[in-house]
Amino acid sequence: MSLQDIALVSFGYFENEFLEKVAGEISRDFQFQVRIKEGHMDLSEFYDPARRQYNGNSLLKEVDSRFGGDSLKTFGLFNVDLFIPILTYIFGQAFLNGRSGIASVYRLSNERYGMKLDEKLLLDRTVKEVVHELGHTFGLLHCHNPSCVMRSSTYVEDIDQKNTGLCSACRSKIDFLNL
Amino acid sequence: MSKKISILIVDDEDSVRDSLYNWFIEDGYRVECAENAKKALQILESEDFDIVLADIKMPGMDGLEMLRRIKTLRKDSIVIVMTAFATVDTAVQALKDGAFDYVTKPFDPDDLSHLIRNASKLISLAEENEVLREKVVALDNTEDLIGNSEAMRLVLKEVESVAQSNSSVIITGESGTGKELIAKVIHANSPRKYFPFVIVHCGALSESLLESELFGHEKGAFTGAMYNRKGRFEMADSGSIFLDEISTISTKMQVELLRVLQSKSFVRVGGNKEITSDFRVICATNRDLKSMVDEGSFREDLYYRLNVVNINIPPLRERTDDIPLLVDYFIKKYCTSMNRPPISIDPAALQRLQEFKFPGNIRELENMIERAIVIGNGRKITLKDLPLEKNVVGSSFESLDDLEKNHIHQILTKYSWNISRAAKALDVDRVTLYNKIKKYDLKPAL
Ligand SMILES: [Zn+2]
Ligand SMILES: [Zn+2]
Repeated sequence: MSLQDIALVSFGYFENEFLEKVAGEISRDFQFQVRIKEGHMDLSEFYDPARRQYNGNSLLKEVDSRFGGDSLKTFGLFNVDLFIPILTYIFGQAFLNGRSGIASVYRLSNERYGMKLDEKLLLDRTVKEVVHELGHTFGLLHCHNPSCVMRSSTYVEDIDQKNTGLCSACRSKIDFLNL
Repeated sequence: MSKKISILIVDDEDSVRDSLYNWFIEDGYRVECAENAKKALQILESEDFDIVLADIKMPGMDGLEMLRRIKTLRKDSIVIVMTAFATVDTAVQALKDGAFDYVTKPFDPDDLSHLIRNASKLISLAEENEVLREKVVALDNTEDLIGNSEAMRLVLKEVESVAQSNSSVIITGESGTGKELIAKVIHANSPRKYFPFVIVHCGALSESLLESELFGHEKGAFTGAMYNRKGRFEMADSGSIFLDEISTISTKMQVELLRVLQSKSFVRVGGNKEITSDFRVICATNRDLKSMVDEGSFREDLYYRLNVVNINIPPLRERTDDIPLLVDYFIKKYCTSMNRPPISIDPAALQRLQEFKFPGNIRELENMIERAIVIGNGRKITLKDLPLEKNVVGSSFESLDDLEKNHIHQILTKYSWNISRAAKALDVDRVTLYNKIKKYDLKPAL
């Protein structure tokens, strides 16, 4: 238990190797240690049968209250389809300047769009999505730099256009916070 | 978008207000919320908002009535109404009453950003034009563009003058010269900079994939297409699209591309809705398109449409003055990413680098430095850390073709003829590499 690390909590089945790679990238980007934890909770109470999706607002709150607190930041990684009441879907979301964020790989996989499974691409997209949402927890807003990971993306194809890392402007905002 | 755009959200549902609030705050807007129309009107009396986003159905005064009152308060205010499926009729009424647009809940994230973007465009247009007219152009986002040589300064000058316009640009230059980087800088310094910069590596995709990539497809267009997929042209709306290796596209795609460039509209694969998109095209090629036109493998009409402005990036061997700067830059870059203290380079090694021909240009130099940092002693890059034995200027009279052939052969051997990896190392797509292998008749050693 340390307020100087980031907890990556997985919900549902993920390959260990996959989680480790994600953790490694986060740690490189934010210069904090990343601990991988397995989260257990009954997702059925977050399921909206009418939309056949999971409520991202409630899940974020749940991750924050049940798993947050031990670490500087807590991040919940899911593999179910997330929505928030106003939007048809989200890849992830986070508390701006807060301590928690969530994301799901559900809509990040190429297979979902009728294309060949590409594990490397899935990993890349996941890393970008997680780093992006964590960026919000560190207070970063969306960035206009086309290759910056903090650029907002509404389609997976948008995610592919950016780098996995922060641009120098966003980077310096974070470095400033860490001083 | 020099000033922060402000948005007032009016909705009686907590979760809707919260969700929208978070969404807009993260996008850098100034946001406030009101839980009913009465509250909203109160706020609007004392404070101006650029955009009001309001639910139509609310207890007490409904959104339509509120819209009419807002319009009397400020005729030019932009009001967007939100509606559930059942009330599309009221939405139409709202448009008649002067609403800017309406969205049906729940909406696609993309529709929302689109809508707000369009509204913001309207707001900032006049202002932006003013700023543009006055701005003495100095290039932004050039931190990765290293070079102080006369040749590079000329390129930057051209970039500067073309960035502000809307013209199509073709960037030419050998592989590894940094064409994509130049395209990014053009975009980042254009009036389109707040909108997407979309990259398509044409050479890496088959005809049908490229088609779906550029135009998108509808759910069910083919087996396995569970969701609609937006194409790159659509994504590039209001921004720029960068078509790398444009020379590799098929004749059929050339026709389609020409049609899109003329009409700025297209349909998704498997769809029938006409989609319009406003994008700027920036292309890159390491082949001579003009001679392809002459031999009939590239359409002349398309060529002229694309080639309004041509920027040619000189190969590294013609800007050797830049090599020390670049070496410095790559050392810093890789030492940082590998978490190592910065190291120096031996003057003799640097000297040899400046004499090297670099058929793979900057990318090759970058790879060399990265490798040298990995294999070196961690204090200084010396000659023995650099694979410079062959191809030094003056040591031979080989033609460029010979150099290229040798280099490709070396790389292929190094990666045991794994085409994907070799192509990656050479910074070309696989199709290009296959073509080169054919051209030079290269074969793996038995
Ligand atoms: Zn975001
Ligand atoms: Zn950024």
